Amino acid sequence: MPLLQVDGVHTYYGNIEALKGISLTVEQGEIVTLIGSNGAGKTTTLRTIAGVLRPRQGSVRMAERDLTKVPANQIVRMGIAHSPEGRRIFARMTVKENLEMGAYARTDKDLAPDFERVYTLFPRIKERLKQRAGTLSGGEQQMLAIGRALMARPKVLLLDEPSMGLAPVLVELVFRTIQEINAQGMTVLLVEQNAHMALSIARRGYVLQTGTIVLTDTAAKLAQNEMVRKAYLGEE
Amino acid sequence: MRQTLGWWYTATGAARERRVWGTGAVILLALLFPLINGWLHLGWEAKVIPIALFIILALGLNVVVGFAGLLDLGYAAFFAIGAYTMAFLTSTVSPIAFVREGHPVNFFIAMFISAGVAALFGVLLGAPTLRLRGDYLAIVTLGFGEIVPLVIKNTPDLTKGTQGMNPIGYPEVPGVLFAVDPVPWYYLIVVVLLVSVVITGRLRTARIGRAWAAMREDEVAAASMGINLVTTKLFAFSLGASFSGFAGSIWASYLQVIAPEQFDFSVSIFVLCMIILGGLGNIAGVIAGGVLLGGVDRILFDWISGGVHAIGAAIGNQDLQLMDVSRSRQLIFGVALVFMMLVRPEGLFPSARRRAELHAAEELGEGAAQQERAVFVEVEN
Repeated sequence: MPLLQVDGVHTYYGNIEALKGISLTVEQGEIVTLIGSNGAGKTTTLRTIAGVLRPRQGSVRMAERDLTKVPANQIVRMGIAHSPEGRRIFARMTVKENLEMGAYARTDKDLAPDFERVYTLFPRIKERLKQRAGTLSGGEQQMLAIGRALMARPKVLLLDEPSMGLAPVLVELVFRTIQEINAQGMTVLLVEQNAHMALSIARRGYVLQTGTIVLTDTAAKLAQNEMVRKAYLGEE
Repeated sequence: MRQTLGWWYTATGAARERRVWGTGAVILLALLFPLINGWLHLGWEAKVIPIALFIILALGLNVVVGFAGLLDLGYAAFFAIGAYTMAFLTSTVSPIAFVREGHPVNFFIAMFISAGVAALFGVLLGAPTLRLRGDYLAIVTLGFGEIVPLVIKNTPDLTKGTQGMNPIGYPEVPGVLFAVDPVPWYYLIVVVLLVSVVITGRLRTARIGRAWAAMREDEVAAASMGINLVTTKLFAFSLGASFSGFAGSIWASYLQVIAPEQFDFSVSIFVLCMIILGGLGNIAGVIAGGVLLGGVDRILFDWISGGVHAIGAAIGNQDLQLMDVSRSRQLIFGVALVFMMLVRPEGLFPSARRRAELHAAEELGEGAAQQERAVFVEVEN
């Protein structure tokens, strides 16, 4: 039984069909990655799952529960936390306040272990708690965005382009941390343009092209696939 | 102590001590003002009433604009709705037959009903504007602010139109003569004002206050955190409106006559100027802005006019002798606002967060500027 199941989803921007029947599954404890070029529909898929966009057809199910009509602000209560494209941290709040906002939907108020978990994963965040989030570097902002999502204590973490705009050394660090979070039992659905890095940590992957899934396999096999190597890994 | 005082008491050490003494001194000054006024023969008793009342309006608008970041240019509409509700419930010219025939509603009950009606209209205005942001929201609220006085003007059967409604019921407290003495009015308004300060101050740091702050920064991210944008926005609108409902109901009874032109666009702008001048989002700043603008408008202009008249008399100039400086108030406030925007856009006493917002470019790093651009691109798409 997959934890997250997307079934034949069609999502539109106005009249433009951005997703033309996407189906995918994420099992408990996996890292699954969606790769593809600009405009393939990766972010749209994630936003549809997160409830920011509504599919016109198809369904999104989480642990057998239909999420298709659940509004975005309830999705997080269903156990799905979304770290959106471009990070979208609250730049004028402090780092601590950002993390507290991440736990906004929680009914239990025992946040101490969650703060501890974020501090252990991202020691640099702990050093900057009182600082305004907008003054952080790009890498620190990305860590904060992931940390904020973790504060909701989700069952599934949706990560949209965590490597965007980061220096290679930071990309390395962020991906190592995602692996670490996964090792603690978190299920991750990862959208990435950096296919090389994404496939190196994921168990399975889906390749998107103009709104459809053209290929799916284990990450190791995708990394060997000739089409993937040519189109997304930049090899000849 | 901490439970009831909330954020106000959370600072520690010297900061808390300063705050306790500062607030205590301001409250004491406010409560003793009628005595001071008498000793010094200031003759300000009738002037401080509208000033204090407009500060209540400013506190309410601050919830909408300062906390929730929803620019409302039609706030006077709720002021009007509060005032007319009071008139409907207590006036001998009320359209409600039962009230007209000698059964006015008790003033204090009517005051709460007025606030409730204004809050209801806050929701009615808020509902269609939920998807609007920034400039677009401002234009719709501006329209609402124009519509309400026009409707009042054009429904003379209900509201007596431009003729206005008069008389309006007085508060009845045994042994207190509201009809002849401004001092009880002053205390009534100060009490409502203090309650407003406590309520808005507590809300700012409460769960809803954090939701407003997050929503103001990024609606999409706020929704992802689990914030229901619909109820959060509507609550801001209706709460803001309820404050002006209280103010409007007191104003109607105090003036004894209300007419639609008392609630035109310039009132909305005047209140907005108070909170921008004082510092959006910061309650002490908003009060300071209200005292300052109200004081300039009601007291300083009179002094200046007096001075100009004296000069005119001394040099024998007729024009100067008859000049009324307060007739140029729109011009003077307009120039002052432009000047403020140029030199200190965050207001005189800004909240820390608002200051950061307006000085984002210099204070925040390149990362934030980049994010800002990304957000703009998203909005344009």
